[in-house]
Amino acid sequence: MVLLTRKIEFAASHLYNNPDFSPEENRRVFGKCNNPHGHGHNYTLEVTVAGEPDPVTGMVLDLKDLKEILEREVMQRMDHRFLNYEVPELAGKIPTCENIAHIIWNLLEPQIKQGKLHRVRLYETPDLFADCYRNGAGGAKLS
Amino acid sequence: MNAGTQRGEVKIELGRRYRFAASHRLHNPTLSEEDNTRLYGKCNNPYGHGHNYVLEVLVSGEVDPATGMIANLTDLDGFVERAVLDPFDHKSLNEDVAAFYDTVPTTENLCVEIFKRLKSFPKANLERVRIQETSNNSFEYAGDNPEGFER
Repeated sequence: MVLLTRKIEFAASHLYNNPDFSPEENRRVFGKCNNPHGHGHNYTLEVTVAGEPDPVTGMVLDLKDLKEILEREVMQRMDHRFLNYEVPELAGKIPTCENIAHIIWNLLEPQIKQGKLHRVRLYETPDLFADCYRNGAGGAKLS
Repeated sequence: MNAGTQRGEVKIELGRRYRFAASHRLHNPTLSEEDNTRLYGKCNNPYGHGHNYVLEVLVSGEVDPATGMIANLTDLDGFVERAVLDPFDHKSLNEDVAAFYDTVPTTENLCVEIFKRLKSFPKANLERVRIQETSNNSFEYAGDNPEGFER
């Protein structure tokens, strides 16, 4: 099995607020991320697909196809958007790195027709990221 | 297991990077001076040397629907600060960290020691740690987690 990874970057704003919490509790739990008008990040998304290289093309999947899927499913939805208000898949959810990575997994997995989606890694900053994969996907060592 | 068979639930891990600077010397007192020099090369120089270590900590768990989080970063950062960064940053690993009084502070052993210190984080499951000793060397340890390297 071979793993292929493509990276994209998008910029978006968000804020963390749970309407079931009091203002004080929101502030205590979410800190600065609760500031009412939101704030933004440059997100970096790494999408890894696992598969066997096609004997004719030598490719796990055509990178042009993956690029087009990422453009349609992620960039057009999230780039230069306010995630809380403009991404319906995140409605009612706190747009944490964990939740955004999970949403992106759900958007991408059915679109990958060659190979299998292996891992989605979303960096909110260079020091904070979330990984999403299917438990027991296996087949590859290390990250 | 082959991809496509018995694929399980979607799992999410939270990864966080920390930095600390420390010195060390690779030296095994049970070996001769010549053997130490041959084995560890420059890393055996008598007064030690230092690195800017990058520590990557990966934890897993349920995403709390109320917060959207596996673990609150404030909790994770505080735990890592107390367990690793405070005792290791700007220290000599050989002389300031008891675990390395009798154990060679290679980054392999550093991974094991840091994993032990972080394993008891109460808010999430520690999956693995990864340490970059330099931008060209990195090491990972997942304890006895059988799936820790399956990513």
